[in-house]
Amino acid sequence: MRADRKAIRVLVAKPGLDGHDRGAKIVAYALRDAGMEVIYTGLRQSPEQIVAAAVQEDVDAIGLSILSGAHLSLAEKVIKGLAQAGVGGEIAVLIGGTIPDKDVPVLQALGIAQVFPTGTALGAIAPAIEAAVAARRPRLG
Amino acid sequence: MGSESRADHPRPSRPRVERAGGAPNNSAPRNRTAPESESRDQPHTSSGIALETVYTPESIAAIDARRDIGAPGQFPFTRGVQPTMYRSRLWTMRQYSGLASAEESNARYKFLLEQGQTGISVALDLPTQLGMDSDDPNAIDEVGRVGVAIDTLADMERLFSGIPLERVSASFTVNSTAAILLAMYFAVAEQQGVPTEKLTGTIQNDILKEYAARGTWIFPPVPAMRLIVDTIEYCITHAPRFNPISVAGAHFRDAGATAVQELAFTLADGISYVQACIARGLKVDDFAGQISFYFYTHNDLFEEVAKYRAGRRLWARLMKERFGAKDPRSQMFRFGVVCGGSTLTAQQPFNNIVRVSYQALASVLGGVQSMFTAAWDEAYAIPTEQSAELALRTQQILAYETGVANVVDPLGGSYYIEALTDKVEAEARAIIDRVERLGGMSACIQNGTIQREIAGEAYSHQRRIDSGELTVVGVNRFARAQPEHGIELYEMDTASALRQAERLAKIRRERDQQQVHQSLASLRDAARGSVNMMGPISDAVKAYATIGEVCGVLRDEFGTFQEPLGL
Repeated sequence: MRADRKAIRVLVAKPGLDGHDRGAKIVAYALRDAGMEVIYTGLRQSPEQIVAAAVQEDVDAIGLSILSGAHLSLAEKVIKGLAQAGVGGEIAVLIGGTIPDKDVPVLQALGIAQVFPTGTALGAIAPAIEAAVAARRPRLG
Repeated sequence: MGSESRADHPRPSRPRVERAGGAPNNSAPRNRTAPESESRDQPHTSSGIALETVYTPESIAAIDARRDIGAPGQFPFTRGVQPTMYRSRLWTMRQYSGLASAEESNARYKFLLEQGQTGISVALDLPTQLGMDSDDPNAIDEVGRVGVAIDTLADMERLFSGIPLERVSASFTVNSTAAILLAMYFAVAEQQGVPTEKLTGTIQNDILKEYAARGTWIFPPVPAMRLIVDTIEYCITHAPRFNPISVAGAHFRDAGATAVQELAFTLADGISYVQACIARGLKVDDFAGQISFYFYTHNDLFEEVAKYRAGRRLWARLMKERFGAKDPRSQMFRFGVVCGGSTLTAQQPFNNIVRVSYQALASVLGGVQSMFTAAWDEAYAIPTEQSAELALRTQQILAYETGVANVVDPLGGSYYIEALTDKVEAEARAIIDRVERLGGMSACIQNGTIQREIAGEAYSHQRRIDSGELTVVGVNRFARAQPEHGIELYEMDTASALRQAERLAKIRRERDQQQVHQSLASLRDAARGSVNMMGPISDAVKAYATIGEVCGVLRDEFGTFQEPLGL
């Protein structure tokens, strides 16, 4: 998190073609109520668009919401895009959605800070983002 | 859409979300007492309607039995759209189903039909729903994920291979590209020697709720509505037994709307489509009988029954009193349901079988025409053959073992059900009136009003689950510490997308390019003018133009919808 900033900035993003945004919007409301600044991308954003928005908005974390089953390839593209943009170490990426247990370690190996499968308690998400952001605050030194 | 994102800075509090109906007694605070007493003595329905402890003749004193309840099969159809209901014919059992490829899906349909399913419900993948070919770089991750990939008529031919379309009704959950899929379906029927006049089934073709709740929009509202009216106009003449639109509340509901909001928003959308058809010059009794509806049945059993009874009465009154519909069929609120959705839980997933069973019961007590009961594992993945079979058996046990189908509207006359039906109708009507004062559904969707109300409800619902105010068995009560293990889930064959891209490449090579080019040029002319586009679309799909090519022409001419982004 940037040293001169009070609140964590989070980009809530819907990559791919899935249009189910109930979860994304609930999480956005919850993070806002937890005191974070929340930016919602809207539907059908490509990994490139999400990376560009994250850089432009100077966010501390990205929350991806995917319910279509395409989470592995889409998460990988976002992580690679952030690395190519030179912000891979600065922005924590978390993911929620319809994600089977067996994919959780795969996503973590890709560099996803935390996975929230179906059934995650809403209250667990803000603390996880705080922890993930705190774990990578190089600029605070 | 676009690469820009919009900042939505925190506000002191989230926007006030109006309770369904906006009536003072409807915004009553939820009971904040201990969950222990609440779960046994819940004083509100899921939509927030306050409940008496017991209902008496006084509760329905204002209801006129002849005027408001009537007889089944007669205006206002409160008790059912048919006089004999399930004694004459059971509801259609139609499980939403589609695997990655047309062959796999075809095999699943045949399996389900062999197991006693009575209709087919086609689940399409997202690229097909969004008019993208399987080899489109922006679609490649999603090909075949949530349903079958249909790129050209050749895929549709394989999808229905060996399935007699004159006897089996088919329904398609597709909206922005509905006209294209419908043209393909009709073309396959013709190949099978079945005239389209004989076809039964439904195509969802309801774009308004896509903007608000489901997200598979492409075009802006005006051309999107034109396409819908084109399909309705086409079907009146060419497929009079087919429902060219299924006005769907299900997606509002699953996005967070209450039962009352679901009904109200759906009927408000229905009004918009009726108005659009009338504006085209169609006569109400020529098309209204082909409009059907689609809803989610969730857990509050009596409220769901009341919702369907109120829906029938309200729609019949709207059609007769407001639009002057004279044919009883134009006044009939015929509907399908899906049971499951956001009520399914990942925790203790076998509990979902029980939830879906009660929801199915409520749907039948509410007089449903067709039903999809979701499988218990759909909180994780698309269902396995085994879980899909069990979901179908759930309906069959209800139909053939419980006796619920023997008597029409068995809850009719219950003080509680009649009072609740009346209340749901009044509150839904109040929401419809409010939406119309704000300019109608299209306006309320384009400025994000509906989306904000639904998301606000979803958030409030989730917070009440997290606080324990609402009980979800196995999630916030009677939960087990250990997560589920060893569940066998359906796994997609990841090579399937590659095979689909290869099939598509072969068709692109082998088809008559001149014919494709000409048919797409004709479609472009039609799109620029005002003629019905179904003819040119049919010609293009019969020339094996791809869904991406047909949609590409329409995208060029119509542009794309800009999503309102405020949270």
